[in-house]
Amino acid sequence: MVENRPWLNVLTHLVLVVGVIVIAFPVYLAVIASTHDEGAFLRGVVPLLPGPHLLDNYGQMLSQGMSTSGAPPLTLMLANSLVMAIAIAVAKIAISIISAYAIVYFRFPLRTLAFWTIFITLMLPVEVRIIPTFKVVADLGLLNSYAGLTIPLIASATATFLFRQFFLTVPDELMEAARVDGAGPMKFFRDILLPLSRTNMAALFVILFIYGWMQYLWPLLVTTDTKFYTVVMGIKRMAAVADADPQWNLVMAAVVLAMLPPVLIVVFMQRLFVKGLVETEK
Amino acid sequence: MAAIELSGVKKTYPGGIEVIHGLDLAIADGEMVVLVGPSGCGKSTLLRMIAGLETITDGTISIGGAVVNRREPAERDVAMVFQNYALYPHMTVRGNLEYGLRNRGTPRAEIDARVEAAARTLEIAPFLDRKPRQLSGGQRQRVAMGRAIVRQPKAFLFDEPLSNLDAKLRGQMRIEIRRLQRALGTTSVYVTHDQLEAMTLADRLVVMNGGHIEQVGKPTELYDRPASLFVAGFIGSPPMNLIDIETLRALTGAAFPPSLPVGTDIVGIRPDAIMMGPAGGGDISISGVVELIEPVGGESHLYVRVAGLDQAMVIVAQGRSVLSETGRLDFSLPVAALHPFSRATGKRLR
Repeated sequence: MVENRPWLNVLTHLVLVVGVIVIAFPVYLAVIASTHDEGAFLRGVVPLLPGPHLLDNYGQMLSQGMSTSGAPPLTLMLANSLVMAIAIAVAKIAISIISAYAIVYFRFPLRTLAFWTIFITLMLPVEVRIIPTFKVVADLGLLNSYAGLTIPLIASATATFLFRQFFLTVPDELMEAARVDGAGPMKFFRDILLPLSRTNMAALFVILFIYGWMQYLWPLLVTTDTKFYTVVMGIKRMAAVADADPQWNLVMAAVVLAMLPPVLIVVFMQRLFVKGLVETEK
Repeated sequence: MAAIELSGVKKTYPGGIEVIHGLDLAIADGEMVVLVGPSGCGKSTLLRMIAGLETITDGTISIGGAVVNRREPAERDVAMVFQNYALYPHMTVRGNLEYGLRNRGTPRAEIDARVEAAARTLEIAPFLDRKPRQLSGGQRQRVAMGRAIVRQPKAFLFDEPLSNLDAKLRGQMRIEIRRLQRALGTTSVYVTHDQLEAMTLADRLVVMNGGHIEQVGKPTELYDRPASLFVAGFIGSPPMNLIDIETLRALTGAAFPPSLPVGTDIVGIRPDAIMMGPAGGGDISISGVVELIEPVGGESHLYVRVAGLDQAMVIVAQGRSVLSETGRLDFSLPVAALHPFSRATGKRLR
């Protein structure tokens, strides 16, 4: 804005500050809680300054977990979540970029039908088809396995659609030039389309990683063996203990640890992420 | 290097729309042929059929004596320069030049040698390690040319390569393409809608209209003796004046000029063939009102409204015109410079 209106500046900043506090305060509280002892949050006055038990709490959660609520060590759950999120993100990108390539660059019978079929699955997220999907996964013997955790979540219309839109903006002449230069379909895909989609893939990876990390309902259904627990569902299990007070300090330590990977992914891939969303490199 | 031969070539798009109607054309080895015509005449489609980017519905295309109808573009050993250059945006200039050679399994040393040579010829050596988007339009154009010449193909195919450049650069690149093509002696097919480009670049000019060839010949031949009304109107700027013979007779009261062949319905005259002032022996005198004067520098284009004619006549007057707009002008059409056409066939009569 060119106009200089001080009261407007004050007002906008006020709104922003309030917004930040609303978002950040619970996170802050979680961090603080994870540094106190067991009773600190149950005594009535919520402490606002860090306590002395940071290392104890995190150490216990990482190495032993919370046996009273049947939660395995966080390292295991974090590893499971990581495997699941990465597998989902990578596989989703791989499958959707290939199907988008087929749909955009090849003329085959029922191509439009194929596209619309993929598109329609947008209306069928896991939550909608959860019972039949569970039945299929159970019959295939995939309960309590990484395959069972990831495969049903891999098919992705969104990513296919995103790549399709991107491929449509790549000029046809590029494909023709490659053909004249002696590149077949696979070579064109590998040498030209893939490098051009690099930033799109990065942006999608961030989104899909977080999507995979946040999965709650599906892991809750298909895992009964603690070996395959993921961290998001594990936290729920810790917070809801029967016949005892929840150990908030430990739960919050788990929460903070569970928040870290998505934050790190966003921080480290931010540059590529933004590029992939705004830039069209042609 | 190779001759290209098209015989009975047809193109029908799915849905039954025929865009090229049985076309024959022989392009000699080392020749530069320019396809020119209005948009939608099929010239780009024809070029893409030669390149192998469009299928051939009927007829045959052969390059260097071998029928290539069913060959992939890469197997035809032709190189193409696209209108929007189609450089690979993520590769450096060097990468762009090398790509076709690497796909063909050319030895590394030879690739380097060819790229160096092409970069020297086109003066793009300083940019070899840049990405295309860091280059100006003219430089990208050179890279696109470079990508074609490193391949040392049997033929170059140019699809309106200069139409994205500004006028000055277009003039420069035109000369450079001509020089390069002469030096390399590679058979070339060049598509353009710019008739100045067509006239200056072509060994032979092919004027196309509606999926047919209207006329093939040296640029000067086409200018001097257009074979049809279409070519007459298309080649030359400003275009030829076309006048209905009856109107002309009514206008001048002149008898049928005896030198014109029987059956002439329309006569054409080039704007620069029209003489100023009343006519001498046997030529046709006309007078009209100057509607508009376009000073082009060395010459002026006069648009003269003549009573009885639908369109203003265009006259090219040498030097600065001292006439004023709305002034009266007497001029004459030398009978020897008239081009006779038949209305029914659209063809030249002599």
